[in-house]
Amino acid sequence: MTDNRAADKRAAVKIHVSDLRKSFGRLEVLKGISTDIYESEVVVVIGPSGSGKSTFLRCLNRLEEPSGGQILIHGVDLSDRKTDINKVRESVGMVFQHFNLFNNLSVMANLTLAPVDLGRASKEEARQNALQMLERVGLADKADAFPAQLSGGQKQRAAIARALCMQPDIMLFDEPTSALDPEMVGEVLAVMKQLAALGMTMVIVTHEIGFAREVADRVLFMDGGVIVEEGTPQELLQNPREARTADFLSSVL
Amino acid sequence: MGQIISSYGWLLARAMGQTCLLALLGLFFGSIIGLVFGILGVLQNRVCRAIEVVFVDIIRGIPMMVLAMFVFFGIPYGVKNILGVSSFTLNALQAGTICLALNSGAYMAEIIRAGIQSVDRGQMEAARSLGLPYWRAMQRVVLPQAVRTMIPTIVNQFIITLKDTSILSVIGFPELVNTGKNVVANTFMSLQTWFIVAVMYLIIILILSKLAKLLERRLSYDR
Repeated sequence: MTDNRAADKRAAVKIHVSDLRKSFGRLEVLKGISTDIYESEVVVVIGPSGSGKSTFLRCLNRLEEPSGGQILIHGVDLSDRKTDINKVRESVGMVFQHFNLFNNLSVMANLTLAPVDLGRASKEEARQNALQMLERVGLADKADAFPAQLSGGQKQRAAIARALCMQPDIMLFDEPTSALDPEMVGEVLAVMKQLAALGMTMVIVTHEIGFAREVADRVLFMDGGVIVEEGTPQELLQNPREARTADFLSSVL
Repeated sequence: MGQIISSYGWLLARAMGQTCLLALLGLFFGSIIGLVFGILGVLQNRVCRAIEVVFVDIIRGIPMMVLAMFVFFGIPYGVKNILGVSSFTLNALQAGTICLALNSGAYMAEIIRAGIQSVDRGQMEAARSLGLPYWRAMQRVVLPQAVRTMIPTIVNQFIITLKDTSILSVIGFPELVNTGKNVVANTFMSLQTWFIVAVMYLIIILILSKLAKLLERRLSYDR
């Protein structure tokens, strides 16, 4: 099955990254990242903190402005001045480590704000759609709650639902379970698994190696601003070729 | 005391109205100035941020009494004698409004800048990641949260500005202090007069505080 998918993928590159560089002042955080991410592929990025994995992810929807290199999202060049970044972002959902639900709005308003504001749906359509999404993440009864009334796991599931309401075809996850209490990690990962099963293209920065093993099509190991090694979970997690990868895995497993 | 109220009550009440009028005008324009400069202060653009800093530093660095003298006496003099426009005049209400607006605007700019910056960066990032443009995200997500944290400080600034109207007695605007002085000059009853004036300020400020509390409660969302 993996072979089949790999064959399909060649036809549909969703994200093309070549020689991506990013510096903060004199500190070069990304030192030339190149990879292609295919339709329906689930790519998990692992690596020690400070390895540049979050910065890499944040470059993919230009929350960080790359210093060099090229990123194409469905063939659209992000660094092109003519590119409307807001349009690109409508189709690239993002989930943050600290949820970032809008604290001043109810869960329902969190989910409908962007679709209505950007003219993607009428108020009623957006509401119906939001209810469906909440159903999917198991929060149908929390539509009228405010973020402050939710647990961490609920907040993160609501945040995933909010991103899904824009009907993105790519989802970026920036350490989605790192700020959660251990007992809430499972519920968020379950929602992500379900999303992967539905064929969403996903790029996930995480420390959950078990999740990577189970769900990832491909794992990237980053260290020092470069991709040190990549491969299927079996290859990379069981038999790493690089010493740095092996070191990292032995420290987290 | 009864004598003052019966003879000068209407005059003092009118002065109280003038104080409120001046404070309202000053706060209205001051809020606009504060919002504009406060937003300039959070923009990426360095020139915009520099403009905010310079404005705030200059206004904060000048005592309002000096500013009042400068605006009321200095500017008309300059316009007439240096620019040669003889028809230019500035009455005490106009000059007072300008002074209060500039002064409260500078403090308000700092309150608004700090308020916006106190909202977690992730809020803006999340809004942008959904495709909302910067100003829309500011308007729908960041500002509403900023305003809520700012309200107690803004109310405090409103009260300070209201009391600062007394400084404008030096340019002859018939607000409470100026009028109080006139009443004392006529009656020599300074204890009674200033007591009444104090109570009048107290009443306005208590009403303002109560309104603010109501507003704060209405705007709360994380019960």
